Amino acid sequence: MRWGVIVFPGSCDEQDVFDSLKRDLGQKVKFLWHKDQLTGHFDCLVLPGGFSYGDYLRCGAVARFSPIMKGVIDFARQGGLVLGICNGFQILCESGLLPGALVRNSGLQFVCQQVSLRVEETDTPFTCEAKKGQLLKLPIKHGEGCYYADPATLERLRKNRQILLRYVDAKGRASPAANPNGSVDNAAGVCNETRNVFGLMPHPEDACNQLVGGEDGVKIFSSIAAACAEREPRHA
Amino acid sequence: MRNEKTLPLAQPPVTDAIIASHGLTAEEYQKIVQMLGREPNYTELGVFSVMWSEHCSYKSSRHYLKRLPTEGQVVLQGPGENAGVVDIGDGLAVAFKMESHNHPSFIEPYQGAATGVGGILRDVFTMGARPIASLNSLRFGSIDHPRTRYLLSGVVAGIGGYGNCIGVPTVGGEVYFDECYNANILVNAFTLGIVKKKRIFTGVAKGVGNPVIYVGSKTGRDGIHGATMASESFSEEKAQRRPTVQVGDPFTEKLLLEACLELMETDCIVGIQDMGAAGLTSSSSEMAGRGGTGVELDLSRVPLREPGMTPYEILLSESQERMLLVAKKGTEDEVKRIFDKWDLDAVVIGRVTDDRQFRALFNGTEVASIPISALTKEAPVYQRSVERPKSQDQLQQFDLSNFGEPADLGATLKLLLGSPNIASKEWVFRQYDYLVRSNTVVSPGADAAVIRVKGTEKGLALTVDGNSRYCYLDPYVGGALAVAEAARNLACVGARPVGLTDCLNFGSPENPEVMWQFSQVIEGIRDACIALKIPVVSGNVSFYNETDGVPIYPTPTVGMVGLLAKVSRVVTPWFKSAGDVVVLLGRTREELGGSEYLKVVHGLVKGTPPWIDLRLEQAVQNCCVKAIEQGILRSAHDISDGGLAVALAECCIGGPEKPLGVRVEMREMIRGDALLFSESQSRIVVSVAEENLAQLREVAAEQRVPMRAIGTVGSGRFAIQPLLQLPVEELRATWGAGLTGRLK
Repeated sequence: MRWGVIVFPGSCDEQDVFDSLKRDLGQKVKFLWHKDQLTGHFDCLVLPGGFSYGDYLRCGAVARFSPIMKGVIDFARQGGLVLGICNGFQILCESGLLPGALVRNSGLQFVCQQVSLRVEETDTPFTCEAKKGQLLKLPIKHGEGCYYADPATLERLRKNRQILLRYVDAKGRASPAANPNGSVDNAAGVCNETRNVFGLMPHPEDACNQLVGGEDGVKIFSSIAAACAEREPRHA
Repeated sequence: MRNEKTLPLAQPPVTDAIIASHGLTAEEYQKIVQMLGREPNYTELGVFSVMWSEHCSYKSSRHYLKRLPTEGQVVLQGPGENAGVVDIGDGLAVAFKMESHNHPSFIEPYQGAATGVGGILRDVFTMGARPIASLNSLRFGSIDHPRTRYLLSGVVAGIGGYGNCIGVPTVGGEVYFDECYNANILVNAFTLGIVKKKRIFTGVAKGVGNPVIYVGSKTGRDGIHGATMASESFSEEKAQRRPTVQVGDPFTEKLLLEACLELMETDCIVGIQDMGAAGLTSSSSEMAGRGGTGVELDLSRVPLREPGMTPYEILLSESQERMLLVAKKGTEDEVKRIFDKWDLDAVVIGRVTDDRQFRALFNGTEVASIPISALTKEAPVYQRSVERPKSQDQLQQFDLSNFGEPADLGATLKLLLGSPNIASKEWVFRQYDYLVRSNTVVSPGADAAVIRVKGTEKGLALTVDGNSRYCYLDPYVGGALAVAEAARNLACVGARPVGLTDCLNFGSPENPEVMWQFSQVIEGIRDACIALKIPVVSGNVSFYNETDGVPIYPTPTVGMVGLLAKVSRVVTPWFKSAGDVVVLLGRTREELGGSEYLKVVHGLVKGTPPWIDLRLEQAVQNCCVKAIEQGILRSAHDISDGGLAVALAECCIGGPEKPLGVRVEMREMIRGDALLFSESQSRIVVSVAEENLAQLREVAAEQRVPMRAIGTVGSGRFAIQPLLQLPVEELRATWGAGLTGRLK
């Protein structure tokens, strides 16, 4: 399969995603510059973490207007897989591909730490290799990762089982104490209704090697790879 | 915006008052007149004042800095460039440096610290190196001082705000509190970058006729005379100087970083330098100085943030996120193309000349013409007077027998673990992204941070260290201990040192007692570096760290880089499993002078710092590294502030996993408090699986290191027989809340 990693001005984690996919998982990856139009065949597009445009306005609010985003939106509407990590998640929310918004952490500070996550749903291309209820240890590192959705939206998310990952404690309970940023319903990652666009605040790319941060992040990427193995490559 | 068709403002006359306000002495002014063969105009006076400031010229320290050993087999670039460079094999090198941003951080903590990070990052990537790790050494006043919390919060947020945004992990550092920093905090920032050995760039202007190109942010009125401010003592009035602090823009720096690194892949660049202190003036004149050339700048071409800026302001602005480069003639379009891609300015503002003059034009009129040498190598150098303080003897007098032992040593240990200098710094570290770039093998909180070198089996260990209380009591020994302890930190993760950078923070050089401290610290660093074979490859001096005549403790901070041949062998400080044998390498003496114990428990800063035998130090470090390389150590932790008891507690509670207990037995015939809290040097506490104990004994014997198995790792209890016994969870709670609890 072919991965495209989009580079915005201010992206920081694009190299980490690239290296994890290429070195740790042996995947085919290409960087895509935000000023270009989306051309070529891709199975999954990744919007990496970082501080696009410095996040000087609302996080992701400027990046959604980058020229490449038109192609990304079309790609998603045609059913292509899109993964947004951290700032990428924020951009996906800003561009309307995902519901809800990410606001300032409830503790008001940037937070870098390991978190435990519970896999809530496995009938998606992003989690199909995991077991329902499985715990993953991934790092978070963000100042504005508090997921918010209004009550009606949240109700819809629950009904459609769009919350794929929740922050939990070591025993797997989604308690307030396990919530590192005040996200509604302990939501750490959500997908769209058609389950082909997924955004999460934790960083799977920082947990793809035993030496640096463990290997739980592989689950997300290998799920995508497995799902794509059953699909035809898509034209952007 | 260009200054189109506006005439330069009439230059104010150069009066005695104006000379004095530029921080130049009457003698210095006379020297300027002599060098020029005439009186300088106002703009030239400004140029001289920044280039001859302590901050830029090192006029008081240069004489002593020559004493430091700067050479070694692996040194590719020693001091004098933007950063030092050391060969790490596999065709790769690392560039690193540490720099202070003390005064700006006290005035405006968030921006002061942020721009400190920005400046050191530019120093590293201007060498062609991609920054892959930052650390910092922070010193604040007493935790109870009303301003400390504001300063700490601002500085930490500023470091995180800048470093996180630019995508360089902040992997470690140190945070200290002491009353001596109440009115003069220290913010020392360290960055390391990685570069292909064949693609190292330097700040040199060569090739007559080559274009001088300005890249990055536009020039504004911020930071004018920042270098001069950094070269003066503080007072209440000067603390109001907020406009001299620059404002950081990490997003632009990120673009600048990527654009510069992309340009460095081409063949366009002759030389490149960051516009840091003294901005355009220092970068252009220093590059010409190194190249043996001259430089002509047309200031009306400089991209400006606001209209009406004078030549004086343009030359002296310290606006951030700007670089100056000399390109090969004919490559201007290629340079412009790359900077256009990143939406940054790239403007030819001048050319390299052969007349060895620094010349600045403004709308066709020459506004400054100064020999380059007058601004660089012929700037004044002073051999300031030196005098040992009369109070030094009295300071060192200390008789432990006048003090009784605390009745409850367990409570004393808890007091120390909860004291802000020893307590967990998680509140600080969690505000930094220490993971970006996916190289972080050992996160903040260990003796040294460790990052992998992608594409190799190697790892780099990084630490910053220094104990100013030791330096205050005996600056020579304190200087040596700073080096020894930094190297020991590296040994504890299994790395051998390859180079050192330092930030030397002192009071006013015009005070002979401060200069005595300075000269002694340098000698201490020198002797330790020679004994441990560690070259000094870069560094920075920050004088005038005093307020209303009271200097801070002499505070050298040492940043050290070590190499692990196999990063997979790395060891962390924390005990791994119950049943492992706990071993003490080195020997404990009754050395409580200058200790954390004396300060926290008795409120005293007295005595002499611990003694050091550099040969034993080297042996202990060798022993630890060899044992790690042989794969027999489960953990290793340096014994420093708070002594053996604190080190053992940290081994139990400091790690990311569930705490473990320990049971050790001590037989030394010294007082209980000294046994627990003495800060005797050259000691490392390690743990090994029982079957490897014999092999460790062999390694220790071979290195002639005293070692003793003192106990075993257990589960719930922390016991040092016969002195104390406590539940380990209680220690964890005290240590965990020591800093956080006081910031609420």
